[in-house]
Amino acid sequence: MSGFSMNRRGVLKSGAVLGAGLAMPTIFTSAARAYTNEPTGANVTLGFNVPQSGAYADEGADELRAYELAVEHLNGEGDGGMLNTFSSKELGGNGVNGKKVAFVTGDTQTKSDAARASAQSMIQKDGAVMITGGSSSGVAIAVQGLCQEAGVIFMAGLTHSNDTTGKDKKANGFRHFFNTEMSGAALGPILESNYGKERTAYHLTADYTWGWSQEGSMKTYTESIGWNTAAAVRTPLGAGDFSQYLTPVLNSGADTLILNHYGRDMVNSLTQAVQFGMRDKVVNGNDFVVVVPLYSRLMAQGAGDNVKGIFGSTNWHWSLQDEGSKAFVKSFGTKYGFPPSQAAHTCYCQTLLYADAAQRAGTFNPCGIVEALEGFEFDGLGNGPTLYRAEDHQCFKPVLVVKGKDNPTSQYDLLEVVDVTPTEQVMYAPDHPDFAGGDLGECNPGA
Amino acid sequence: MTDTKRNDVILLLVVAFFALFAPIILNPFPSDGPLAQFNAGYPDLMQRFVIYGIFAIGFNILFGLTGYLSFGHAAFLGVGSYSAVWMFKLLSMNIIPAIVLGVLISGLFALVIGFISLRRSGIYFSILTLAFAQMSYNLAYSVFTPITNGETGLQILLSDPRILDAPTGTAQPVTSLFGLEMRDTFLAFEYLGRDFQFTYGYYVCAIILLISFYISMRIFRSPFGTMLRAVKTNQNRLSYTGVNTRPYTLTAFVISGMYAGLAGALLACMDPLAGAERMQWTASGEVVLMTILGGAGTLLGPVLGAGFIKYFENILSRINDNVLEAWFAFMPDGMSDFFVVIVHPFVGKGWHLTLGLMFMAVVIFLPGGLMDGAKRIIDWVSGKNRASKRGAKAPAPAE
Amino acid sequence: MDAILLQILNGLDKGSAYAMIALGLTLIFGTLGVVNFAHGALFMIGAFCAVVMNRLLKLSVETIDETKTDFLGNPLKVNTPYVEAWFGEFGTTMIGYSVPLAILLAIPVMIVIGIGMERGLIKHFYKRPHADQILVTFGLAIVAQEIIKANFGANPIPQPTPDAFRGALDVGIYLGFEANAVVYPVWRFVYFIFAAVLIGGVMIFLNYTTFGMVVRAGMADRETVGLLGIDIDKRFTAMFGLAAVVTGLAGVMYTPILSPDYHLGMDFLVLCFVVVVVGGMGSLPGAVAAGFLLGILQSFSAMNEVKAILPGIDQIIIYLVAVVILLTRPRGLLGRKGVMEE
Repeated sequence: MSGFSMNRRGVLKSGAVLGAGLAMPTIFTSAARAYTNEPTGANVTLGFNVPQSGAYADEGADELRAYELAVEHLNGEGDGGMLNTFSSKELGGNGVNGKKVAFVTGDTQTKSDAARASAQSMIQKDGAVMITGGSSSGVAIAVQGLCQEAGVIFMAGLTHSNDTTGKDKKANGFRHFFNTEMSGAALGPILESNYGKERTAYHLTADYTWGWSQEGSMKTYTESIGWNTAAAVRTPLGAGDFSQYLTPVLNSGADTLILNHYGRDMVNSLTQAVQFGMRDKVVNGNDFVVVVPLYSRLMAQGAGDNVKGIFGSTNWHWSLQDEGSKAFVKSFGTKYGFPPSQAAHTCYCQTLLYADAAQRAGTFNPCGIVEALEGFEFDGLGNGPTLYRAEDHQCFKPVLVVKGKDNPTSQYDLLEVVDVTPTEQVMYAPDHPDFAGGDLGECNPGA
Repeated sequence: MTDTKRNDVILLLVVAFFALFAPIILNPFPSDGPLAQFNAGYPDLMQRFVIYGIFAIGFNILFGLTGYLSFGHAAFLGVGSYSAVWMFKLLSMNIIPAIVLGVLISGLFALVIGFISLRRSGIYFSILTLAFAQMSYNLAYSVFTPITNGETGLQILLSDPRILDAPTGTAQPVTSLFGLEMRDTFLAFEYLGRDFQFTYGYYVCAIILLISFYISMRIFRSPFGTMLRAVKTNQNRLSYTGVNTRPYTLTAFVISGMYAGLAGALLACMDPLAGAERMQWTASGEVVLMTILGGAGTLLGPVLGAGFIKYFENILSRINDNVLEAWFAFMPDGMSDFFVVIVHPFVGKGWHLTLGLMFMAVVIFLPGGLMDGAKRIIDWVSGKNRASKRGAKAPAPAE
Repeated sequence: MDAILLQILNGLDKGSAYAMIALGLTLIFGTLGVVNFAHGALFMIGAFCAVVMNRLLKLSVETIDETKTDFLGNPLKVNTPYVEAWFGEFGTTMIGYSVPLAILLAIPVMIVIGIGMERGLIKHFYKRPHADQILVTFGLAIVAQEIIKANFGANPIPQPTPDAFRGALDVGIYLGFEANAVVYPVWRFVYFIFAAVLIGGVMIFLNYTTFGMVVRAGMADRETVGLLGIDIDKRFTAMFGLAAVVTGLAGVMYTPILSPDYHLGMDFLVLCFVVVVVGGMGSLPGAVAAGFLLGILQSFSAMNEVKAILPGIDQIIIYLVAVVILLTRPRGLLGRKGVMEE
């Protein structure tokens, strides 16, 4: 401060300039808004929270593409995609509730902490009224809990664990994707008709909550068709080389290997199982077979030729021929040059469903949205008639059973749909024991 | 000596100033302007700055003073978080018991691990701590799921018993300090297009940071701290003079473990969730990087390093092409596209790349970490450099 | 018995990978004393040499097949690799052999990367504190993996097993077991033999050549060797190149077993540090022995009989063994005194 002196006149002058330039601060109290982040301007902001680094980065990138496409369609750009086939006609391509849809993005890193930090910044800094995305159940459940506390809506992306709409369900959270229970229910009859009733299954299970959930469902449904379970072995997540878990399978007397793995674990365990010559073996007079309960086309690419002829289930596949799917594939394919993944599809649908609910409710208030989505029945989004069940905020729709294609025509054409399991068959009661223990609570509008 | 004391008081005041006014200082840009992306003054991120700052301060007490490089400190962070969440589930949503239990349990855990690991030094010590932390992580993710809730992370449920404040109604309970809810904004105002938010949670963290910083400063200046430095300089010589160094290093290890537990408990207080990945080696590595990046062995460095890494993680990863286009919109078409293409790989999903380059740049150009850079700037501004140009020496490397 | 034999085979196979990576790391870390956090990245870059080779061989001419349509209903574009167009069947076989062919690509690439890394960066950090070495090499590792991610995506990319080595071999019948009791993939035998040759080669090179002798002398006492008028720096640079090649080749040959992705390096990073330290700082045989030991123990811990007694033991076995060994043997299996103990 030594070389910096100022006389009284100078102080007054600069004070006046300052005073003219500065307005009084506007102080908000928490009562000023009816709900968290009530949009006041011409835009409404959605938060797209997807994995951009880590093992699911490619899946996250595909989700992000779908979100951008959905925002375009909501704002009336592009060809409208599934807005044209959606059974609810409330959305007119002019934004939602008269507001233009804007979005912010973030990186979940497939870690609960990072995902919550990213979601927090969307809520606290960018004023997002809805958070969506994610590619694993741990992250989905963590972010869902956060959204419940903060008073915004969470529209889950790819999350397959029962818990998301089971024991960790929340009033502000909604899931369009299917779950392990539905996978099991859909696969059971197909496995029976293809492989018979006399089989012995050996499970390799990723040692974390989703894996256990998947293992439990597969056990229930394979045992109900008369199969035996030789063993269910837990493998560490990200084991890389699964040889030490695969060799015991060979001499266990099992003739079916069920890989309750996803992502890289699935790619590696499947590739290595094939290398061990498992699919050429004959055990108990049966051809040895491998089953992958949850398929993802993106991951199937990583396993290459090894997926041929292997059964699994998926939420959606681009080769479906209904109007909704065709419109979505066309719109996505034209913009990006390749077909969308199931993760992209579920994320696109979730965005549309949210927007439609907000439009029908006439507000972005989470409680209004919850009311509009609970028990909502719709069609035209690629899966056939679908119900958003009020009791647990889970979508109920037909489940696809797919098989690795023997003669793929392109690098995307890896799976063929062998069966569309009707909704009734995959429906379960809200108090099903695998889903018990949770409580939706009540919708939280924040503020 | 008095000079050090005066400097310490100034340093403490500076830290206090920045900590208390962070919600204003970190929001330099109007919230609807193109640079709003760079604002960090929202509660969640500021809390993370402060909490990871505490974590790094604690780590620095061990590494900066004794030179023992622990590669498993995240385990204590995780244990602190789990203990705190269990406290919320079983006892009360008040954060005081949660913090106390978090610090105690992680201190005990550090005592056990430290007692074993400190039987070795150098790289062998590092690998021992790493091994313990990785075991904790792997078990928490799988076998210990009943305690840790595995992949999903330990959360607060409506059905929790909570002896002191049993759940009422169906609203999700929130963490509080005798009724002050952590996530509650007590003041929010808009001024010149900038949105400022003040939450109780942040100020609780900030005050704890100041206390932690003060304690660390006392340790640095105490005879105990001097002894730890002696361990770092030459442990053999110290042993030959008949000093048993183990109790000193073990104490430092436990203190820094308790700091980590405090940070973990605070994370849970601000956001009641504890996940296993908090204990993974990457998390342990992160605090090592924070400390080295900021300047190991300096008081303020680790806090700067923590802020630096958390800032880039949270800000860069959220810059997408839309934001880039908005930045360069003022340029003619071709040129703005060109700049978007140039910047694109370094932001959004490429934020790791920038972080990696930053690490390399800092360590190549600023051998003493960010503190070295700060010192050079101060010297340059105050003109010290010109006076002592000839005799200027690189700051002593902090090992 | 057959189950145990199979787990030994698994262990040898895993051990081969661990031993090769650890051998590379111990040349840099155990002997030059550089804490190289970019070592995993070298393994990953090696693996991506295989991917690049595969892509090169698959460089295609694009033709349009009017009779088929793609997913949007447009005529299907069919890609025919040039090598197939030129050589027919032989070209297809060549693509199948992309992994062994990639060795030819990986050797020069890894030498350039290794030497470039040492000359351009590491050289300036020999005298810096270990902390600085960690920071700079970790930064380098992140940069390397992000560059790979930007170019190849984040998903694993499958690599073909060469035709001749496909399928599994029934080794049990040679050892007096029943048919089909001990069946093991051929490629994993190839990997094991490859590792044995490579490790043996490096050991012989360092033990029986003048170059190796000088380098070993330099590790023991760098200054004295320098005073004898020997340019030890140049030889250390060469060592760095050698370490990169060993690690890179381990990565190339591993790709049919583990489809590479950009994160591969980080997954192996911690593990290879554990292996080197358990083996003992500064000891090449120690690193190799620790690699095989941990590989075999890891395999045994996964047996259902073991897991029934100690649930979750397979999750932590590597670290548990590391703790036990470091507590019973202060310098790992065969460590030298005074290396990185401060």
